[in-house]
Amino acid sequence: MESIIERINQGKLWHFHGGIHPPEQKAITSGKPIKHLPLPKQLILPLQQHIGRQGDLLVNVGDKVLKGQALTQSYNPMAVPVHAPTSGTISAIKKSVIAHPSGLSELCLFIDVDGEDTWKAREICQDFTKLNRQQIIKKIADAGIAGMGGAGFPTHIKVNTKPDINFLIINAAECEPYITADDLLMCEQSEAIVDGIKILDQLLNPAFILIGIEDNKPQAIKALQQATKHIEKIKVCVLATKYPTGGEKQLIKILTGKEVHSATLPINSGIVMQNVATCFAISDAVINDIPLIRRVVTLTGSAFSKPQNVWALLGTQVSYLLDQAGFVSEVGEPTSSLNSAQPSPPVIMGGPLMGFSILNEQVPIVKTSNCILAPSKVEMPSAFDNNSNEVECIRCGQCADVCPSQLLPQELQWSAKAKDHQQLMQLNLFDCIDCGACAYVCPSQIPLVQYYRVAKAEIRQQQQLDIKAEKAKARFEARKLRLGQEKIARQEKHEKAAAARKATMNKKSADGGTASSAVAAALARVKAKKAAENKSTELSATSSEKSDNNEQVENSPVKAAIARAKAKRLAKEQSSESPVTSNVVTSGHEQTEKSQVKAAIARAKAKRLAKEQNTESPVAISNAQDVKEETKTSPVTNEETQNKVVNDKKARIAAAVAKAKAKKAQEKQSSAVGKTLSKETMQETPSEKTTKTPTSANDKKARIAAAVAKAKAKAKLRIMDEAQQASTTNSEKST
Amino acid sequence: MSIIMNILIAILVLGVISALFGALLGYASVRFHVEGDPIVEQLDALLPQTQCGQCGYPGCKPYAEAVANGEAINKCAPGGEDTIKKIADLLGVDVQPVDDNHEQDDSSQSNRPKVAFIIEEDCIGCTKCIQACPVDAILGAAKQMHTIIIDECTGCDLCVAPCPVDCIEMRPTPETIQNWQWDLNKIAVKQVN
Amino acid sequence: MTDYALLLIGTVLVNNFVLVQFLGLCPFMGVSSRTETAIGMSFATTFVMTLASLLSYLVTTYILVPLNLEYLTTMSFILVIAVVVQFTEMVVHKTSSSLYRLLGIFLPLITTNCAVLGVALLNLRLQHNFFESIIYGFGAAVGFSLVLIMFSAMREKLTNADVPTPFKGAAIAMITAGLMSLAFMGFAGLVKI
Repeated sequence: MESIIERINQGKLWHFHGGIHPPEQKAITSGKPIKHLPLPKQLILPLQQHIGRQGDLLVNVGDKVLKGQALTQSYNPMAVPVHAPTSGTISAIKKSVIAHPSGLSELCLFIDVDGEDTWKAREICQDFTKLNRQQIIKKIADAGIAGMGGAGFPTHIKVNTKPDINFLIINAAECEPYITADDLLMCEQSEAIVDGIKILDQLLNPAFILIGIEDNKPQAIKALQQATKHIEKIKVCVLATKYPTGGEKQLIKILTGKEVHSATLPINSGIVMQNVATCFAISDAVINDIPLIRRVVTLTGSAFSKPQNVWALLGTQVSYLLDQAGFVSEVGEPTSSLNSAQPSPPVIMGGPLMGFSILNEQVPIVKTSNCILAPSKVEMPSAFDNNSNEVECIRCGQCADVCPSQLLPQELQWSAKAKDHQQLMQLNLFDCIDCGACAYVCPSQIPLVQYYRVAKAEIRQQQQLDIKAEKAKARFEARKLRLGQEKIARQEKHEKAAAARKATMNKKSADGGTASSAVAAALARVKAKKAAENKSTELSATSSEKSDNNEQVENSPVKAAIARAKAKRLAKEQSSESPVTSNVVTSGHEQTEKSQVKAAIARAKAKRLAKEQNTESPVAISNAQDVKEETKTSPVTNEETQNKVVNDKKARIAAAVAKAKAKKAQEKQSSAVGKTLSKETMQETPSEKTTKTPTSANDKKARIAAAVAKAKAKAKLRIMDEAQQASTTNSEKST
Repeated sequence: MSIIMNILIAILVLGVISALFGALLGYASVRFHVEGDPIVEQLDALLPQTQCGQCGYPGCKPYAEAVANGEAINKCAPGGEDTIKKIADLLGVDVQPVDDNHEQDDSSQSNRPKVAFIIEEDCIGCTKCIQACPVDAILGAAKQMHTIIIDECTGCDLCVAPCPVDCIEMRPTPETIQNWQWDLNKIAVKQVN
Repeated sequence: MTDYALLLIGTVLVNNFVLVQFLGLCPFMGVSSRTETAIGMSFATTFVMTLASLLSYLVTTYILVPLNLEYLTTMSFILVIAVVVQFTEMVVHKTSSSLYRLLGIFLPLITTNCAVLGVALLNLRLQHNFFESIIYGFGAAVGFSLVLIMFSAMREKLTNADVPTPFKGAAIAMITAGLMSLAFMGFAGLVKI
């Protein structure tokens, strides 16, 4: 380790394999200070802005929030909270497009900014050295700090490590072209950054602290050297500019000569790396009690008239930033076309090599967005060209030369195209850092990184599917086992019961023929019941609308209630209003039990049929109205009040049964008899609709019954059918 | 005479050699006897474990056994062509297109995996779907509303038919950031020049 | 001793069974699509060829020649080879079921691998003694294995490569085999036997 430091002191650093030197383009913004923007009107805060899980919401729509107030919380260590970037009102909590290449929507908080920027109560910590380890980690966790370099790994987990740390590496390389956010932050806030580093030093107590910074940022180097002058432990290491120096493993290799193995973490080698912007956020959080609510964003590219770094509040919409920096679309119309799904001029979030085009300019800035790049057509023609210029690989091998992870991009590409996942794993696809160097040098313009991204996503998904299949298999096996056991248990029980029955039979055998006579008696009972049923249905069908006060009401309040509840629901659903005369109304609650239930079923069926045929359903509606009125006018009996609680449920059951029947009927449609019947009744309806007489009510009944008959004509399965048929014919007669 | 002798000798010699070899093979077949067929396990591992029964067998394992015994390899509808390809690789037979009878209806707009969904207000608590579910992914009791445990549902369709009130439908799983797939056509960013 | 070494090298490289003598082309094209299978096939074939050339030598020398039954050579060799292959199949099935599955139909097909019969007949024609026969059989098998594995490795790459459409599949494999054969012509004259 000493030798590493010696080498660093001598300025002899290591190299990583490969790398490229794209045009830097940093001068566009590096000379200008970081601008403070006026508050935007609205902020959109995605609940999840980092790797891990989203927290639980602490606020509701309409709540007033103060600047810095935590909006989510979670006890899951992988979750970090989000905070209100300014004071205002929560106007909505809904899904909205987020900063992700997919352009998918996730749950977001919408804050209407009140413009007052009122802070929550803060406790400013004068001397952080007095805080203990746990306090600092809690402060970092509560401030919602996630790695600001790109991946967004929760910082409090990264710094909460036990083993000895040899090196704390501060990543200030900022190797991607165009981006100068960290550069300017270092120039302007070097003291705060160094404070942040000191806090990390206190937490991790590393042997050395190395700041890796590329030599294309002379101002920042000077500022950092100035700020760390008196601290022996911190070394500012100036690195040759090369992309991707800022990659975690690459920077470790350059600074310490150590290679981080595939599928291991730097922490295993005693190294912790933090981004320089994260250091600033840590110092802000620990010292000033400012949670992570803003970040420096580089607005750059030739399509901006005023490219500059800005302090953007998290949740600021990209469209607002575009306006602020004077985005001029080459296509002609200025940035106004916000609602179009895909803005015609490309806007890239992140750098040119690792960023992604955003599909919607309303996406908000999140903790990991460091750059908004709006190139002009001259600058980056490929971004304007949606057609791929890809040609076949010529096996030049340049991609392998520049790959910083020392992979074989060409081989990977073949396998990715062939979806040979096994081979991809053997070629260590998951060590690819998506840096895009291979695609940059590819003379065939193969978008290699995109192929890898697709393959990675597919492999991950396949792994998930495998896990799921494994789980399903286990559950299936368990179920089979359970069913088998149940079957055995049932068999045993049956055998026992059979034995018992045999025993009793043997006892009673003297009586002779008891069993058979009992069966005969039962059959007779069933027949009698059926006959009675038929009769009663006939009766009810003919007399259903006549104002007879039937004594049977007393035993049927429950059923009646069901029908009424059901009707109520129907009525609620259908909003048409038809006046109902009272003479129809009065009849309702006096109906017999059978007819009421039947009516309910029939109504449900009629409703369903009507819905399917897409015709107006005056029958069902008016019927529903009828019964609704009935319910209103009918005196509420004691039993009814008792049963009201269960009414709704019962009604649902009735509806479900009706639905089930309708389903069956549907399957067996096209019955000739049914059709003619319903046709007849259909023709009659218009006249009946207006005249609300008992006869018209009867017609309606008939129509329902006809519909039922139609549905049932071919079913012929249930005993009920007979009753229905009877009611059909009867009601026809009465029409 | 000598010709006949020669022929007899030839027959005898060949007969003896054959008998010797036969004995050797007979011994070997006893000595190297293999219990069971390990290929069933491997086939089973390739199947999607939806336990949907669309192949005509009551679950994935029985179908694996059937395939090992010569059943057509193209009856697994949920697995689709990928699975058929893998089975063909494993067995060293030609890839066949998915059987028409066992093809999933692709009329629906998306090819995202589907899971069952119970429209809860319509559920009458008949428990019929619970009995149909091969992986116990439906929760409920008699006369109580049922619901699907989405994470356990394999999208096998088996619960849809038994439902007397048609309250189960197959819905595609929502596309989220976690299961989103990169679309090669969408990405325009390539190079800085 | 030197003679034996030269015989071995000569058989493996100079008179390579597949690429120079064009024997055993069926498994060379058939089992070479995956390296894993090719390796398994190589081992099985090596075992069979060595054992077959040994046994066929014994059968010829001690049974057929003394009894003046040379005209039964081919028939008895086929018998020997079939037995050895059957035996190998049983052993492979017992010891490595995955290899058994990978080789599939090709394992019993070793019987009809002309290289196996070829090695037995060539032993006879070249009037090899007992040890020479074994070495010749083993060398032929090693040569076969060498080119088979090399060829399968190349074919694995070819499956993912952008081969022009008319050349896809067997065509490019044949071309590759031809080029390999040309390359092996370079060994001619390396060893004089």
